[in-house]
Amino acid sequence: MTALADLGFAAVRFVTDLGGLARFAAQIGRAALAPPLRVRLFVDELFKLGVLSLVIICVCGLAVGMVLSLQGYNTLVRFGAEQSLGAVVGLSLIRELGPVLTALLATGRAGSATTAEIGTMVATEQLDALRMMSVDPIDLVATPRALAMTAVMPLLSALFIVCGLFGGYLVGVGLMGVDAGSYMSSLEAAVDFHDDVLGSLLKALIFGVLVGLIATYRGHTTAPTSAGVGAATTSTVVVASVSILIFDYFITALWGV
Amino acid sequence: MAFGQRVVFRDLSCRFPRGRVSVILGGSGSGKSTLLRLIGGLVRPQAGSIVVDGDEITTLSERQMYAVRRKLGMMFQDGALLDSLTVFENLAFPLREHTTMSEREIAAAVHESLAAVGLSNVDDLLPNQLSGGMVKRVSLARAIIMKPVILLCDEPFSGLDPLSVKLVEGLLVHVNRQLQATMIIVSHHIASTMRIADHVVLLLPDGAVEGSPAELRRTTDPRVAGFLDEDGVAAEARA
Repeated sequence: MTALADLGFAAVRFVTDLGGLARFAAQIGRAALAPPLRVRLFVDELFKLGVLSLVIICVCGLAVGMVLSLQGYNTLVRFGAEQSLGAVVGLSLIRELGPVLTALLATGRAGSATTAEIGTMVATEQLDALRMMSVDPIDLVATPRALAMTAVMPLLSALFIVCGLFGGYLVGVGLMGVDAGSYMSSLEAAVDFHDDVLGSLLKALIFGVLVGLIATYRGHTTAPTSAGVGAATTSTVVVASVSILIFDYFITALWGV
Repeated sequence: MAFGQRVVFRDLSCRFPRGRVSVILGGSGSGKSTLLRLIGGLVRPQAGSIVVDGDEITTLSERQMYAVRRKLGMMFQDGALLDSLTVFENLAFPLREHTTMSEREIAAAVHESLAAVGLSNVDDLLPNQLSGGMVKRVSLARAIIMKPVILLCDEPFSGLDPLSVKLVEGLLVHVNRQLQATMIIVSHHIASTMRIADHVVLLLPDGAVEGSPAELRRTTDPRVAGFLDEDGVAAEARA
């Protein structure tokens, strides 16, 4: 009976949370379109979420490309198809690994920081102070962060892919001895700009919306204690990561991206 | 008013006279800060009505509340200064949001407000570089910069040494006289209350008792005398 009650409670909480998130998304949408437009805050957030994530994105992209090339070469060489290494590395990175891994990395670095920052503002009554000054915290605090996350995700994903392709090239051509021309031509022949590249950017954009919304919503609904901030931050990482993987499946299954 | 299953208070009725200094007293958990947050519309009651300067606020949406809050200023217990902004930017913030003042006018208003709370040369400091007393004074300066009709102060004396308490007391009285604002102060500092209050609302488990400090000192109500006796105030007055 207790287990059933717990299940019911969890279900009600899930639906309530989902409703809260949808309402929050609508408020962000309204704040984004209505004046005042907070361009400077948006640019500041682009810097914090984007520029400060460059190193981790580049290093991880390079490493993933290198290992993908290594694994790909070892498999392809069995079938005498090692000249297709560029296509394997490119398609894997562009269609799947680029947007997904970038979103997961951005969740861990920028998403959790966003939740912790907003959660701390809740715990120290800064959001209440804004409300008392007749300033909407969703307009001032959440909207620039959510929009910046949405804008920055496709850019970071593109950078991850470029670094990955370079890492793959280094290992495939430099280490394993694949012909440089074959690597590049197979990559060029396999990748379709509309289906693969634009699809990849669209995927990253959707992940950006997801991470931005979840991170800011969790921050705003943080319990005003230090434990509450910790729990909200953890929750952002878990919920956003799972959501990214679930959405990835459905986007791929439904749109073939 | 309740949070989940926990009832903070029931059937509470009180009023705060215009232009006067009112202090809300009560034990820990009696709902003093909650009452202040109800007046500011930061929390909503389950039933009843709250009238702020003629506006019934319990039926207003959050967006409509912003118009009412233009008439309010609030000094938070721990300052609630925006920690990414300097002192100057914290004070300039509401002016930049709600007025068309030039930067020169804003600077003048900020320095006037800081001078009113006895601060200077703190423009470029961040909130984490200020002492507890300075945070409270900057918070007060920010609360009064828009010249509010009603000023809400949550525990302005908590965590301060006796000298700072006297200083903040003086500032609150000075601000009240200068702005003619209605001040509603939450405190558990009975001695300060008796010095600065025109009107006291004492929150007790079974309701609220109101009156001037002199009336409360003379009261024979054992609940009030018992509360004030904890600080020796009523006993001293009766003697």
